Amino acid sequence: MSQKPVLESAGLDGWIVRLFETIDEGNLPWLSALSHRCEHAFGGALTDLVPSYTTLLVVFDPITLTSSEARAILCQVLVDLEPDSGVQDGQVHELPTWYDISVGPDLPRVAEHTGMAVTDVIEVHSQRTYRVFALGFAPGFAFKGLIDPRLECPRLDTPRKRVPAGSVALAGRQTAAYPTETPGGWNLLGRTSARLFDREREGFSLLRVGDQVRFVSVSRETFEREGGSSKPMELES
Amino acid sequence: MSHREKPQPSIRVLRAGPLALLQDSGRFGVRHLGVTQGGPADLYSWAWANHLTGNPWGTANLEITFGGLQLVAERDLDIAIAGADLGATLNNEPVPLWQRVRWKEGEVLAFARPMSGLRAYLAVCGGFVAEPVLGSVASVVREELGGFSGKGCKLAEGDQLSVHAGGKDFIQGSMQASQEARPDFSQPAVLDLLPGAQIAHFTGRSLFDAFNIWWQVDDRADRMGVRLIGPKLHCNIRSLVSEGINLGGVQVPPDGQPIVLLNDRQTIGGYPRLGSLSPLSASRLAQCLPKQRVRLVARGHESALREYRSFRKQFKLGRDNNVML
Repeated sequence: MSQKPVLESAGLDGWIVRLFETIDEGNLPWLSALSHRCEHAFGGALTDLVPSYTTLLVVFDPITLTSSEARAILCQVLVDLEPDSGVQDGQVHELPTWYDISVGPDLPRVAEHTGMAVTDVIEVHSQRTYRVFALGFAPGFAFKGLIDPRLECPRLDTPRKRVPAGSVALAGRQTAAYPTETPGGWNLLGRTSARLFDREREGFSLLRVGDQVRFVSVSRETFEREGGSSKPMELES
Repeated sequence: MSHREKPQPSIRVLRAGPLALLQDSGRFGVRHLGVTQGGPADLYSWAWANHLTGNPWGTANLEITFGGLQLVAERDLDIAIAGADLGATLNNEPVPLWQRVRWKEGEVLAFARPMSGLRAYLAVCGGFVAEPVLGSVASVVREELGGFSGKGCKLAEGDQLSVHAGGKDFIQGSMQASQEARPDFSQPAVLDLLPGAQIAHFTGRSLFDAFNIWWQVDDRADRMGVRLIGPKLHCNIRSLVSEGINLGGVQVPPDGQPIVLLNDRQTIGGYPRLGSLSPLSASRLAQCLPKQRVRLVARGHESALREYRSFRKQFKLGRDNNVML
């Protein structure tokens, strides 16, 4: 850790522990270690832990603990914090992805913005293994990065009202797949057949903070065989 | 559930109104999955409705927003309505609020429109029957989680609602709330803000404005958040790396108009914050109608905690029922 952790009040029952200032894959093992320590130290008084790029929000039961008691526990937990080695290998997921303009209508936009051919956009996007920095926006929506700087592309000026489930997208230096149909302003490149938010699965979400993800380019046939819906994007007015 | 008799359909929805949702205390231990908290926007009134019907802390009851809901009882029930005055009637006779009343088989319970406040809570002795999803029955429409269907649906015409039988066995607690316990939602609201987060990065002028003028509740207000209209607040930080946001967080986007984040907020966000409303002030704000005036008052953690603990003490300090980290 390059800096001293900062504790910031997040209301009557919460503290934000700020470990870093900038987004970096190297933050993840530290945040993971801190989460594990908090689970042990707070025990039954813990209500929620929300890890994100640079911070951990710790929510506790205010009937059991006062803010200052919770702060004291956090100060203890931060002593001699060591990065979690396990997270380095994390769980690895391969998401079969059909990159096509019918389900990834922003492929031309990204190509134009980056000055690359559409085929190169697809190749560069599917080459890297990404890390999950945070979950949010919608259940199971995993913010992943960092994408190759050559692919960096701003989000749409006007978000779409409906982005189909499974849509694979990028914005800035991050990439994600939409677990369910929601509004969204990211650039759509294709669609994955992976079930990202599934009620049959323990915890519902396929991805967790710290996981590793690779988008594997597949044909339409494979995508459909794996259960993907090739229904084209509806044209929006 | 094992100690109670088999649930039976007890209430039928004649008219759904704009928004009626089943809410327990919320969904906890799942925010790291991107799943929001849910639960009653006005925890205070929700807790009172349960208490008056003898239901333990955490029992699910109905959050009725605006009114318009009409229900018929298919057996005799004991109920309590707390929170907003939505002009509720039983067979066209006004129903007293903040106390236990008998709802006889065949009688129609109807909610009209907001007279004072925005959200009423209807609790039934024994509690409603629904299958928890991720540990909770709290309904979150956007996430399609919870409620009677498990899919977060609001009540719809024709729905049959089941109530645990045998509710009378555990009737306890007072039959009506004292006058002091009943908030007057028609008055301007004074909201306690626990300073924190990026408050030091707001300009002096903005901090003066934040705490010294009356803000107006915008009509962009729902269970995710409530926007306040007033002078533009300036923060030296325009955006942050997204981080977890807690209930009551007061974030200020670049347009300078604060948004108070409520139960269905997104789990992470990247706007600078002044701090957080106390839980009871978040409850109070959830009862404000558009154009109502509110004021922010800085408050220390200790006194806010004392107030919250004494509120919870009345209800035997039940722990949130479903923490599942």
